[in-house]
Amino acid sequence: MEEHFEKLASILSQVTGFIYPNELEAHWGLLIVIYPYITGLVAGAFILASLEKVFRVKEVEPTYRLALLTALAFLIVAPLPLLAHLGHPERSFEIFLTPHLQSAMAMFGFVYAWYLMVVLLLEIWFEYRADVVGWSRQERGLRKWLHWVFTLGSRDVSPEAVAFDRKAVRTITLIGIPSAFILHGYVGFIFGSIKANPWWSSVLIPIVFLFSAIVSGISLVLLLYYVTSLVRGRAPSMQCLDKLGGFLLYTLILDLSLEVLDFTHRLYESEESIHILSELIYSKLFMSLTIVQLLIGTLGPILVLALVRSSTLPDELRRVAYVIAAMLVQVGIFSTRWNVVIGGQLFSKSLRGLTVYKVEIGGAEGVLVGLAFLILPFLILYALVKILPPWEEARPVEAGVSGMTATK
Amino acid sequence: MEETPARREFLVELLKLPCSAALVSVLGPVTDAEASAAKEGAEAVGEHYYGMGIQVDKCIGCGRCVEACKSENDVLREPFYFRTWVERYVVHSDGKVTVDSPNGGIQGFEAPEEERDILRSFFVPKLCNHCDRPPCVQVCPVGATFKSRDGVVLVDADYCIGCRYCIQACPYGARYLDPRTKVADKCTFCYHRITKGLLPACVEACPTQARIFGDLKAMSSPLRRMMRMSSLQVLKPALNTEPKVFYSTLDKEVR
Repeated sequence: MEEHFEKLASILSQVTGFIYPNELEAHWGLLIVIYPYITGLVAGAFILASLEKVFRVKEVEPTYRLALLTALAFLIVAPLPLLAHLGHPERSFEIFLTPHLQSAMAMFGFVYAWYLMVVLLLEIWFEYRADVVGWSRQERGLRKWLHWVFTLGSRDVSPEAVAFDRKAVRTITLIGIPSAFILHGYVGFIFGSIKANPWWSSVLIPIVFLFSAIVSGISLVLLLYYVTSLVRGRAPSMQCLDKLGGFLLYTLILDLSLEVLDFTHRLYESEESIHILSELIYSKLFMSLTIVQLLIGTLGPILVLALVRSSTLPDELRRVAYVIAAMLVQVGIFSTRWNVVIGGQLFSKSLRGLTVYKVEIGGAEGVLVGLAFLILPFLILYALVKILPPWEEARPVEAGVSGMTATK
Repeated sequence: MEETPARREFLVELLKLPCSAALVSVLGPVTDAEASAAKEGAEAVGEHYYGMGIQVDKCIGCGRCVEACKSENDVLREPFYFRTWVERYVVHSDGKVTVDSPNGGIQGFEAPEEERDILRSFFVPKLCNHCDRPPCVQVCPVGATFKSRDGVVLVDADYCIGCRYCIQACPYGARYLDPRTKVADKCTFCYHRITKGLLPACVEACPTQARIFGDLKAMSSPLRRMMRMSSLQVLKPALNTEPKVFYSTLDKEVR
């Protein structure tokens, strides 16, 4: 505790202007930055997956199963940073047992459970069922056993059963799109509904969160598709990458437009908080907002993608450009989350001063723990890909089983 | 108020019924704090509706209220944890405003070096406003922070999960996370005292009666008198939190 007091004392010496004495500490730190970043990736990856199923965008078909597994891997990790941040994680189940229904945060349990159980797990089960039956017939040992359990005893692969699976996947995706919107829109609402905080309190925040989620999900799946193709020694489909790049460009432009609208609206209304928020943007957030989020993370990739799409570059160069744009987008979206969560706690609610946030390397909410939460989804994804390979060539060769999604 | 005996009789009758305990808990949960207060029997819970008046022009910035609060409620001594604090506003001739609250004003304030360019200066005691529409209560995911039937916003320390959403939602900076218990903490109007008919420690310690505590339901009380005789303001009225801490002669610079 002494260490904590020393840290607060050093923050106290860096305060500018006046802040309420209890406001020194930014109560939501790095882990709460990571939480919306991860749920955004979940929602974005799912919405990308739904493009193929609902909107019949054939070009992105190679990424469909990968996107589903990515969403699941990240969804499993999503509640962990929240849990690690609680003062009393052992009491967290109270959110499920005695939820306070007026609280946006209390809805977390229900939104999460709905999305995990009803949407993702069910869709993955129906999507893979016929293939898994085929795998479990051909395999031996642990893999056979694992796949046998996955089928939950439903081993009918007659054309009627497979057709039903296909229909179920489409229906779940239809339910899944609004669910993904709710999942991440809800995270935005947690911030947007805090009237005490003028940086957060905006009806646009959930919408901005949603579009930035779609941007981040598309770029993550693009990156994963590219890297996994290289690892498997196969050329990624250029049609698919072009389509993903196109979607990334359009959603980035939409996302930027919404952010600009929010900014202009605040500036034009010019409420009493405008002075301290301007000071915040020009001082504490200049680097992370103007440079990283806006220039590097938004305008940079828009420029790269627009150039690629308006010229006839060779495939190799286009691929590299897409990957660079996608990586810039990830940096940009992470800083977007940072600027919302941390930025909202750097100014006093007295609107008269600014405090600072010091991120620690070690400690329960430090950089190392944060990195662990960012790496963990990739390990889970690795395991999922091993158990449920999303690649076309991994499908079982039995007649009547393969080609379930490919032949539509 | 007139309905209370009838309601009490109804509850007594209800207690005679089987399974009534479960019904009572549905009708209105009795909190630990309320229960222990009722057990000690001095003041019946729910008969009062507490509030506070603060006469800004009477505050001399001595900080005795801050000291009394910290002693009475075992608030950490470090200068980052306050259930109440005092702010000093100095409005200069050129319109510039400086605000400070060194260590919450617990040791008072040093006189400004240059006084000639000061237009006006005053002290403002701050504490939880025990809002009638408390945003902290609204956002608590488990209902650990709640408004008692006598209008006091409290935290159930055995139930709070330490998510800190309430701290974010409070527009007044009245809450903090106690690093010893890792739960949210705040002013309780000295609930353990007021339910025994005593005054909150800060009110008792104030040498100028700048703070007036009382029952908003009582027709004749110092608080009601102050509310009758003064023009009243509350902090951040636009947020519609309906504070029950009322200020008189509050300056426009105070947020």
